[in-house]
Amino acid sequence: MRFNALESMSFFTSNNTNVNRGSTRKSTNLPTMAVVKLFGTWLSPYVYRVIWALKLKGISYEYIEEDLSNKSPLLLQYNPIHKKIPVLLHDGKPICESTVILRYIDEIWPQNPLLPADPYDRAVALFWIKFADDKSPLLSKLYRTEGEEQQAVVKEWLEMLEAMEEHALIEGKKFFGGDEINMVDIAFCMVAYWLGLIEDFAGLKIFEPHKFPRVSAWIQNFKSVPVIKDNLPDTDKMFALMKHRREMLLTSKSN
Amino acid sequence: MEDEVVLLDFWPSSFAMRVKIALGEKGIKYKCKQEDLFNKSPLLLEMNPIHKKIPVLIHNGKPISESLIILQYIDQVWNHKSPLLPSCPYQRSQALFWADYIDKKIYGIGRRVWMGKEDQEEAKEELMQCLKTLERELGDKLYFGGQNIGVVDVALVPFTTWFYSYETCGNFSIEAGCPKLVAWAKRCKENYRSVSEALPHPLQIYEYVMELKKRLGLV
Repeated sequence: MRFNALESMSFFTSNNTNVNRGSTRKSTNLPTMAVVKLFGTWLSPYVYRVIWALKLKGISYEYIEEDLSNKSPLLLQYNPIHKKIPVLLHDGKPICESTVILRYIDEIWPQNPLLPADPYDRAVALFWIKFADDKSPLLSKLYRTEGEEQQAVVKEWLEMLEAMEEHALIEGKKFFGGDEINMVDIAFCMVAYWLGLIEDFAGLKIFEPHKFPRVSAWIQNFKSVPVIKDNLPDTDKMFALMKHRREMLLTSKSN
Repeated sequence: MEDEVVLLDFWPSSFAMRVKIALGEKGIKYKCKQEDLFNKSPLLLEMNPIHKKIPVLIHNGKPISESLIILQYIDQVWNHKSPLLPSCPYQRSQALFWADYIDKKIYGIGRRVWMGKEDQEEAKEELMQCLKTLERELGDKLYFGGQNIGVVDVALVPFTTWFYSYETCGNFSIEAGCPKLVAWAKRCKENYRSVSEALPHPLQIYEYVMELKKRLGLV
């Protein structure tokens, strides 16, 4: 079922939720043990990271769309430090920062694990997740800049792609997680989807598949995963909105 | 076969101090190799090709980089004593949130304070705001980890040995604004040998900062 927050601003937990507390039983008629809510915005890659994790684990949740130009009292209450989305609410307790949320989800609902159990493999996965997190401001920097400033951002993007190509992706592995996606694949989502959109409306060509064959193959594999494919923001709406935002930003900069 | 543990270190680095505290808490024997960050060793470049930074922990030949990740690795492998992370998933998420907050803020803002450029006043204000936020989070607890130090304490306490440098370069008092935090730092050093042994004296750090400022042409 395609998730489109514009058409259904919130959807509610079904009566048959399967919010498992560490068990891997299939829940069909279990009572709702805990309510899971997600505060987000429909175009944020950080929000999608959480959505995919919840869906991969089969967890139902209520989604609340936030207007970042007019943040709700609830959001400010649940994330007083950063005042940002996503925020996950579980049993009334808030968890903030998408990577912290992903790790929490992985621990509470261990089915379809998103991190390796082996300590060394886990440390390597966490390293790449942090790498992706540290680079993620490059996404908004790309559409907020132009000229020389933008060229500097493009250079950083290329360095990131080179690191992924040479060091992170291993020949023959479909995903960072091996045969199945894991938290590292999810962390790099902006490369798989959001980068292409920004390239289109900003008139850039950063990612050349022949220069990054492993990353290119990974992008195709990642976007083919049903949970990912069926839960992406509407391309046309996002393109229009971000193009408009970029124009407004650059106009106000030059005034 | 005995474990071989090597730490690629740079003695003034708060990030490396974190690892030393953790290794000390767990009673792990290790070799410490000093790096010259202006002349990085082939070993460092091989073990951390992406960032080329310390600390790097090399456990039986395999490298782990990024200090908070190293702490979690140490906690997972040597889980016989002194747990650094809470066992409850929710409390663990909160600990990771605050460790991430410290990572995002303190080093970068602190650097702007001691460098003493045009944005120093702004940086001082930001630093005090962050430290006050952390002080509020500490509340009346002995340590961020509760009755014992945990990952948040280990993540933050090394920066306290840089407080004297921030204060002297910025001409302000951190203790005046955050007395409880300064008291917490003292408590960590007094009650935990792993902390007092890992942290150089604040005056040593200040001497290093002044040398670095000369090198960067800031004095």
